[in-house]
Amino acid sequence: MTGVNVVEIQSVTKTFPAGNVTALENIDLTLTTGEFVSLIGPSGCGKSTLLRVIGDLIEPSAGTVTVNGKPAKQARGDHDYGIVFQDSVLFDWRTVAKNIGLPLELLGWDRAKRKQRVDEMLELVELGSFGEHYPWQLSGGMQQRVSIARALAFEPALLLMDEPFGALDEMTRERLNLELLSIWQKLASTVVFVTHSISEAVFLSTRVVVMSPRPGRIAGVVDIDLPYPRTVETREEPRYFALVTEVRELLRKRGEHLLPEEEAALTE
Amino acid sequence: MSSYTITPGSVGRQAREWVPAIAVFVLAIAVWQGAIAAFHIQQFLLPKPTAIVSAFWDQRHTLWPAGWYTFKEALGGFALGSLGGIAAATLIGRFRALGNALMPIAIAANAIPIIAFAPIFNAWFDPLSPNSKMAIAGVLCFFPVMVNTLRGLTSVSPRQIELMRSYAASDLTIWRRVRFPTALPFIFTALKVASVLAMIGAVVGEYFGGSYDALGVLIRSKAQILDFQTAWAGILVASLLGIALYLAVALTERAVVRWAPENRPS
Repeated sequence: MTGVNVVEIQSVTKTFPAGNVTALENIDLTLTTGEFVSLIGPSGCGKSTLLRVIGDLIEPSAGTVTVNGKPAKQARGDHDYGIVFQDSVLFDWRTVAKNIGLPLELLGWDRAKRKQRVDEMLELVELGSFGEHYPWQLSGGMQQRVSIARALAFEPALLLMDEPFGALDEMTRERLNLELLSIWQKLASTVVFVTHSISEAVFLSTRVVVMSPRPGRIAGVVDIDLPYPRTVETREEPRYFALVTEVRELLRKRGEHLLPEEEAALTE
Repeated sequence: MSSYTITPGSVGRQAREWVPAIAVFVLAIAVWQGAIAAFHIQQFLLPKPTAIVSAFWDQRHTLWPAGWYTFKEALGGFALGSLGGIAAATLIGRFRALGNALMPIAIAANAIPIIAFAPIFNAWFDPLSPNSKMAIAGVLCFFPVMVNTLRGLTSVSPRQIELMRSYAASDLTIWRRVRFPTALPFIFTALKVASVLAMIGAVVGEYFGGSYDALGVLIRSKAQILDFQTAWAGILVASLLGIALYLAVALTERAVVRWAPENRPS
C-alpha cells in the first residue's frame, strides 16, 4: 500500500427530507491506493448511499468527500471512477463491444483506439468471442462481466461496485469473485464494494467496513489479513472462518438496531 | 450476426403460419358471394365481391389517382402529427412543470372523438384544399404519438441515468443515447396506430367535403348515385393504401428496433 489517499470521507451526513431519514451520520473513512474495501450491513444502513456520495451521484447534507485529491464533483467530471450496479445496466440496442465502448465514445476516443481497448477489455473478462453479441443473448453472469469491463474501460483509479453479484447464483458468484480479484490485481485499482454477503466481503477485501442502520454509521472496521492471491482454498482456512465470525459478531453487536427479518438474514 | 440470418426453413414456417388466415379469408369471400345469390340480397345492401372486383378493375384509372390524392393527405398528416407528438413529448419530458400542466389536458383530448371536428377543420382550412384533411389526420395522429413517446422517454431506469451521470454526461447526451432509444419501441407502437388513424382522418374528412380528385369524395358521391360497386371499390382502395402505410411503418420498426423483445430472433 503506497499510502496515497484515493478516497477521503470526512464527517459526511446525509438526511433525506422525505420521511426525515438519516441515511448516513458522521461518516469518516479513508481509502488508499490499491485497497479493496467492502461496505457491509443490513438494508437501510446507508452503504449504497455512501457509495453514491463517493461517486457524486448523491450530494451529502454535510461533510466533504474527495476523490484523487479533488472534490467528488470534479472527480466525476474527470472520469476518475467506474461504477457497476446490481443489474448490469447494459443497453439492449448496443452490442457487447459497443456497450463497453460507450464511456470511451463519451470521452471522444477515436474508433481505432476504442476498438483496441474494447478488445483488451473483452479479453480481460474472458468474453473475447462475444463482442458482436447483444446483451440479451448472454447469461446474467456474462452480462455482469460486460458491465465490469465497461466500468474499467477508461482505466479509472477507482471502481465503485454496488452489490454487483447480488442477483447471481452462488456458483456464478464465487467464480466472478475470483475473476474480480485477478482483474483487481492486474490493474492495481482501488475498489469500494457494497455487499450483503459476509463471506464475499471477507474473501475479497483488504478491509471490511461494517455499517449499522438508523442512522447509518460505521460500526467497526475489520482488517482482512488473508494473503493474496486468494483461491478456492482460502475459503477453507481457519483464519478465513475466524474473520467471517469477527464480521458477523460486529454486525450482531449492533443487533438492537435491526428489524427481526434483517437479523434473520444475517445468520445465513 | 448469424442470429439475424433468415434461413429458408424459417421462411417456409412463416408461410405456413399464414395458411389458416388465408383460408378463412377465401372462405368468407365465398360465403359472401354465395349468400347474395342464395338469399337474393339487393346490390345496394351488399354488392357481390365479383362486382366490386370488376368495378375496382374497370375504374382503376379513376380510383387509384383519387386514392393517391387522399394517401398524400394522410401521409402529410401522419408526418406532421407524429413529429409534433414526438417534439411535444420531448418538451414535456424535459420540463416537468409543463407536463403537469398539459398532460391531464392531453389525456382528456385523447379521449374525445377528434374525428367529430372534421367539418370544423374544413371550415378553418379551405375545404377544397388538402390542408384541411392533413390537419384532421395530423391532430388524430398527434395524441397517441405524444402520450406513448412520453411514456417511453420516462420509462428509462434510474440506474441507467445514474450510469450516464457517473460519466458526467449532459442532459442532451442522456436524451440522445438513452432516453430516445428506450422510447423507440413505444414510438413505433404509436406510429402503427397513427398510420391507421391518418387514413381514417383523411377519408372521413373528405366525406364532409373536398376536392373531386379525392377518394372520400368519390366514395360518397358514388354511394349517393347508388353506384355501390364503385363505392365499395373505393373503400377497397382506401383499405389497401391504409394497409400499405401500416406495413411500411411495421417493416421500418423491424429494421430499426431489432433489439426490442418482440423483434428478437428466437
